[in-house]
Amino acid sequence: MVQPLGYLKETASQTAGPYVHIGCTPNFTGIHGVYEADLGSGSMINDQTRGERITIRGHVYDGAGTALKDALIEIWQADADGLYNSPSEIRGKADPNFFGWARCPGDMATGEFVFETIKPGRVPFRDGRLMAPHVNFWIVARGINIGLNTRMYFSDEEAANAEDPILSRIEHRVRVPTLIGKRDGDTVTFDIHLQGENETIFFDV
Amino acid sequence: MKNMPPETTPFFARDRDMHPPAYTPWYKTTVLRSPQRALISLEGTISEITGPVFGHNIINEFDNDLLANYAKPGEGPIGERILVHGRVLDERGIGVGGTLVEFWQANAGGRYRHKKETYLAPLDPNFGGFGRTITDENGFYWFKTVRPGAYPWPNGVNDWRPAHIHFSIFGHGFAQRLITQMYFEGDPMIWKCPIVKTIPDEEAIKQLIAPLDMNATIPHDMRAYKFDIVLRGRRSTLFENRMEGN
Ligand SMILES: [Fe+2]
Repeated sequence: MVQPLGYLKETASQTAGPYVHIGCTPNFTGIHGVYEADLGSGSMINDQTRGERITIRGHVYDGAGTALKDALIEIWQADADGLYNSPSEIRGKADPNFFGWARCPGDMATGEFVFETIKPGRVPFRDGRLMAPHVNFWIVARGINIGLNTRMYFSDEEAANAEDPILSRIEHRVRVPTLIGKRDGDTVTFDIHLQGENETIFFDV
Repeated sequence: MKNMPPETTPFFARDRDMHPPAYTPWYKTTVLRSPQRALISLEGTISEITGPVFGHNIINEFDNDLLANYAKPGEGPIGERILVHGRVLDERGIGVGGTLVEFWQANAGGRYRHKKETYLAPLDPNFGGFGRTITDENGFYWFKTVRPGAYPWPNGVNDWRPAHIHFSIFGHGFAQRLITQMYFEGDPMIWKCPIVKTIPDEEAIKQLIAPLDMNATIPHDMRAYKFDIVLRGRRSTLFENRMEGN
């Protein structure tokens, strides 16, 4: 016999189900008067937010190529200087006008998600090397048993992407483009494929 | 705890044996929505170690009272009044304080207030079916509601969900983000449910079943169920950097 380690086990995930909107975005599903606004909805920036304005748009596609119309997408990103607005951020104080987290349900008719945000700065990897600018994504929906983590990098950051410690460790180089949002003017398009030839890279974070 | 410095260490690796795999064909919707390739491991960078923290300013007085937050003045929802309470902990057994917990559920008849919901059980004009709260500094939370009903869903020809409440928890880092469901002690539907059965480990399923808690039950008012939620633990600062203050 040995001593028990005594750790608890993480509570198991269960699907967010088809009615995740009731709990997370009630106004979106037409239930008004309980929450003033849906948490994480609307623009992520105000007049004082520092950084380059961008709009992230995309869809989440299933293995048949159909856009999910019931997914919930959350993003978490650093400010323009590469600082997170979080108590666990000890490298400096993040832009007080940028919360860094937002939530968007896919449009009920088209499935599209949209985030009005800024382009994040670079944040360091654990060994101090800089990672390329990226936005962290978390996707839940009916039929997704455990939330999916991925990252969106930027197509206009070729040099930074080339030296990014995460991107460069991906063995199957052909899959790397699944993590790159395509920049066109102020819009960055990032489609997420749950399955199929272009299956997005998901991370065990 | 309020006076503890923020933790900046990576999280323990997720024990995927305790979680449902992506592909569970008996829950049919997973078939086309499950990634087929292996996840790429990414030991916690600052992007996953950090996460949003919400202030009490987002919370309204009745957000954790589903008996009141949608009801007309002087009225209330139909159903068994219950108190759901518990603690958000991490795998080290440390309370996760100041974290947002959201919950949503069907009404006592098993009907959700949602545009796409078509079950013939009626909506309850006094029940919205959702709420939220922020854990106290030791990780405790509670809310009042009615016990939700079981409901049928289109999967197999005769599949029913056991009574359940959906939970969304943030934790302190984005890697702790979790959505799960709470079930009720003694419900025979639990072990028949295809969604419950996506979890491969029996102990992990039991961890989702809230026991009746007579000690927290409020006499002549409402019975209580206790539901603790465990988020991923994180490594001790001791093994990361020099200990501070020593
Ligand atoms: Fe449900």
